[in-house]
Amino acid sequence: MILDGKCPTGPIETSWDRHRFESKLVNPSNKRKFKILCVGTGLAGGAAAASLGELGYNVHAFCYQDSARRAHSIAAQGGINAAKNYPNDGDSIYRLFYDTIKGGDFRAREADVWRLSQVSNNIIDQCVAQGVPFARDYAGYLDNRSFGGAQVSRTFFARGQTGQQLLLGAYSALSRQVKAGTVTLHERREMLDLVVVDGVARGITCRNMVTGAIESHWGDAVILATGGYVNVFYLSTNAMGCSVTAAWKAARKGAYMANPCYTQIHPTCIPQHGEHQSKLTLMSESLRNDGRCWVPKKVEDCERPPGQIAEEDRDYYLERKYPSFGNLAPRDIASRAAKEQCDDERGVGPGKRGVYLDFADSIKRLGEDTIRERYGNLFEMYEKITAENGYKQPMRIYPAPHYAMGGLWVDYNCMSNVPGLFVLGEANFSVHGANRLGASALMQGLADGYFVIPYTIAGYLATVKPGAVKDDHAEFKKSAEEVKANIDKLLSINGTKTPSEYHRELGKVMWEDVGMARSKESLEHALKRIPEIREEFWSNVKVVGSNDQFNQELENAGRLADFFEFAEILTKDALNREESCGGHFRTEHQTEDGEAMRNDEDFCYVAAWEFKGTGVEPELHKEPLKFENVKLAVRSYK
Amino acid sequence: MQLTQSSVGRKIIMAVTGIVLVAFVCVHLLGNSSLFFGADAINAYAQKLHSLGPFVWVFRLVMLAAFAIHIVFGIQLTLENRAATPEANVQVKRLRTGFGAETMIISGLVLLAFVVYHLLHFTVRVTNPEIYVPLGSSGMVDVYVMMVKGFQSVLPVIIYLVGMAFLFLHVSHGFQSLFQTLGLSNDKSLPVMGTTSKLVGFVLLVGYISIPLLIVAGLFKI
Amino acid sequence: MKLKLHVWRQNGPNDKGRMEVYDAPDVSPDQSFLEMLDDVNLVLARQGKDVIAFDHDCREGICGMCSQVINGVPHGGQERTTVCQLHMREFKDGDEIFIEPWKARAFPVIKDLVVDRGGLEKIMQAGGYTSCHTGGVADGNALPIGKDIADYSMDAAECIGCGACVAACPNSSAMLYTSAKVAQLAVLPQGKVEAHRRVMAMTEAATEHGFGNCSNHYECQASCPKGIDVKFIAKLNREYMKALIP
Repeated sequence: MILDGKCPTGPIETSWDRHRFESKLVNPSNKRKFKILCVGTGLAGGAAAASLGELGYNVHAFCYQDSARRAHSIAAQGGINAAKNYPNDGDSIYRLFYDTIKGGDFRAREADVWRLSQVSNNIIDQCVAQGVPFARDYAGYLDNRSFGGAQVSRTFFARGQTGQQLLLGAYSALSRQVKAGTVTLHERREMLDLVVVDGVARGITCRNMVTGAIESHWGDAVILATGGYVNVFYLSTNAMGCSVTAAWKAARKGAYMANPCYTQIHPTCIPQHGEHQSKLTLMSESLRNDGRCWVPKKVEDCERPPGQIAEEDRDYYLERKYPSFGNLAPRDIASRAAKEQCDDERGVGPGKRGVYLDFADSIKRLGEDTIRERYGNLFEMYEKITAENGYKQPMRIYPAPHYAMGGLWVDYNCMSNVPGLFVLGEANFSVHGANRLGASALMQGLADGYFVIPYTIAGYLATVKPGAVKDDHAEFKKSAEEVKANIDKLLSINGTKTPSEYHRELGKVMWEDVGMARSKESLEHALKRIPEIREEFWSNVKVVGSNDQFNQELENAGRLADFFEFAEILTKDALNREESCGGHFRTEHQTEDGEAMRNDEDFCYVAAWEFKGTGVEPELHKEPLKFENVKLAVRSYK
Repeated sequence: MQLTQSSVGRKIIMAVTGIVLVAFVCVHLLGNSSLFFGADAINAYAQKLHSLGPFVWVFRLVMLAAFAIHIVFGIQLTLENRAATPEANVQVKRLRTGFGAETMIISGLVLLAFVVYHLLHFTVRVTNPEIYVPLGSSGMVDVYVMMVKGFQSVLPVIIYLVGMAFLFLHVSHGFQSLFQTLGLSNDKSLPVMGTTSKLVGFVLLVGYISIPLLIVAGLFKI
Repeated sequence: MKLKLHVWRQNGPNDKGRMEVYDAPDVSPDQSFLEMLDDVNLVLARQGKDVIAFDHDCREGICGMCSQVINGVPHGGQERTTVCQLHMREFKDGDEIFIEPWKARAFPVIKDLVVDRGGLEKIMQAGGYTSCHTGGVADGNALPIGKDIADYSMDAAECIGCGACVAACPNSSAMLYTSAKVAQLAVLPQGKVEAHRRVMAMTEAATEHGFGNCSNHYECQASCPKGIDVKFIAKLNREYMKALIP
């Protein structure tokens, strides 16, 4: 089936304004009659729930954490982009639009990206009004920095905690609405099913994580803002609780999963120290502004302390391969290059999965104080985790899964193919194409939540009768029974291996075969292994505890079960996409110098997968991508 | 209402009454110090106070009110704090607070008891009536004799030493605390005030106990 | 290294709770504290025993979910460090470690080391915001804000809402938490508008939800993983007095 993104036609500059005008409105006095369920309270979900509550809708917000403020948006360090052009350095909405399309390797929708760029400016104003303490210069005006190799300084930041401050801004707006009575918060709830009645999303089934109660909630619309899925790789920079579960439950009920193979691997993370590690920690990639990446030239040097390796025996591989961009090559390229060195047996540190990031030259040139001023908190964090002093010896870094560009398919209104189901933020696929630029994730989350969904959801709600289907409908009961049956099944297997052991096993396959560089062979291997592990899981997992109380083992087992099914779709998508673009790199499709080779002729489309059942071949739907405002070009960082 | 019922409001009241009480103990110590200038000096000081007439009573009432309010709210806040705190963890390690801060309610109640004794001892003249002799024909008590005789038995001296030790504990936390409560501290001044607070407590301790100790040592003769 | 753990186990809010002893026989100094607990739980789960429940999420010290009193100190006592950032190299072979939940009347235990911090939410809902609407606000640069003020505000805004300040406070007071938000907003022109109402409402909510009174122990700052300064409590007190005498 050919999918239609329902993008406005005509000149792109006015597309969003025209669309807003043409969308239907909901009468103010009718708004409170509509109940909206919002799952996830990060930047997208928190902002959406607060804004919709303020408009007068009856909003119910759900999160698995004990507070809406703890969503993983909070961990973003670098900053948020906006086309304010405050520094007068030539930025504009058009340039931000162009950079985002190009950065996404021409795999995103033009209209969506234009809208994002347009509302980016409103986000900054909104956050300032909320009291977000952005960095300021001595004149008292907002400070900007250049980030992720952008040619203009368009990134706003609040120390190294921009995500935290923006989330707390959204959380404060949400708290205000809770006080006003327009938003009801349901903390420590995990969504375990989407309730679809006659093809329309009508509610959710969730588990109260404290009491184990299975709860049904009806809504005239359901918003999923449940983040990304890179914990499918087990070790990632995501929080431990991040999962694909909410999105996957929707996919099982008919929502299409789009471009799941687009995953971003961040190059500057602290390497794994051992088998028992639970997660990876990211360090801002700004480190690469002053650090030089290298590995020993000779395999036998890898065990020696870095200080004993002579200058001529070091391979500054990024500078060698990309003389003009050097250590500042984009994320995907830097990540892949690090992996290549380690695959070549020249990695350093435990397990030889690491490369050096050396500040010695910068310290010699600028002095330790300058380096401390710029990156002090990162060096501190590095020392806390590794007990190594980055000023005295080179840091060790290694890439780690970080962000999911893919997600549930949505149209221009952020509505999935299931009417009434809206998807925002990282959970949808819409604006980042095959690769996300630095400081754009925060922008998208808040854009969707504050400035897109309040308009587009009205267009949908104006066409439905409020409260037409409530939780007394048979579908709710059926859904709750299914959820309960699934939990009982997990608890009753009583095998020999714990969920975390299986997660590690799945992660290993995903990282080795479906990680940074993918080949037909590795993907086919993964497609053989994933069902095997999944079947073993379902016959041999051991989930201790019971359902009627707080049970983290049960939570993990449920999330993992969804990762197994999702992993297969991700891998199939990667196998289907016979090209290399952005975060998706197929070893068969590279230039002679090892650069990604896109295939615009055959793959300039969004791949949206329809789940047909566990172990059944999913159906591929395509949404062709048209580029009318930006010319398709080859990315080059030579 | 806000002031007398809220958490911060009552804390401010504690601080303000605290200022009054600290100011009083300081002035009281200065007055007592006239003992070091001989019998005439201390008696002249006493006479001066006496001559103020009704003002003494106004002063006494203000002191009493401040004292009573400080005690009542102190007890009330402590009870609330106890109620907010369940049984402690098996292991409790404090990083910054001190013995004085943790025992404010105890030192406060000990000081209350001490003040009662002190009034009975020297003001209402209940515990040791034998120490009061008239000063010439003025009809006033010879304060010099009263003080010297008052500290010639062991019990009062011990009571005063203990009382003043608790005053030290109470003031060493309370003094800096009132600045914080009244919003008069920041990250730079707080450590300085912490030290100053202990110093103030120490000066009061040394000043007050020096009188009974020197009397016991026989420095003052009748 | 080999460690002996004394862990608070409490099977639900109505259970009395007790300390139980577990061995951690093979701990790597490079492991984080929570990874060490993961290993203990792995052994328990394989034996079919109930695992130790503890809150955690981001494991990089920013979400504020992790909440354990280790050897008597919330977050373990390493300066500016959450439990999840605490590494086992801080301990020695043969050490005995006591692990307990946040204890305050306002934080009822849900299970083992997991507590309900809903009271902190109520404080925020009482006034921890500016009442601006989505859209319709002034340009971000319309009001210049001095760098020193923006920095001061940011210092206060670093609070991660973990509740260690309450757990550390001998009075179970949430004053540091409350003051961080009050101070962050009170110095900004956007927040000044409602400063009086905010400080009154938030401190009142703290009392209403069972938190104790501040008596200036400063334990809160000492165990705050973000080093939030008690100068913000002084600021809150100033704001409170200004609100009393408008």
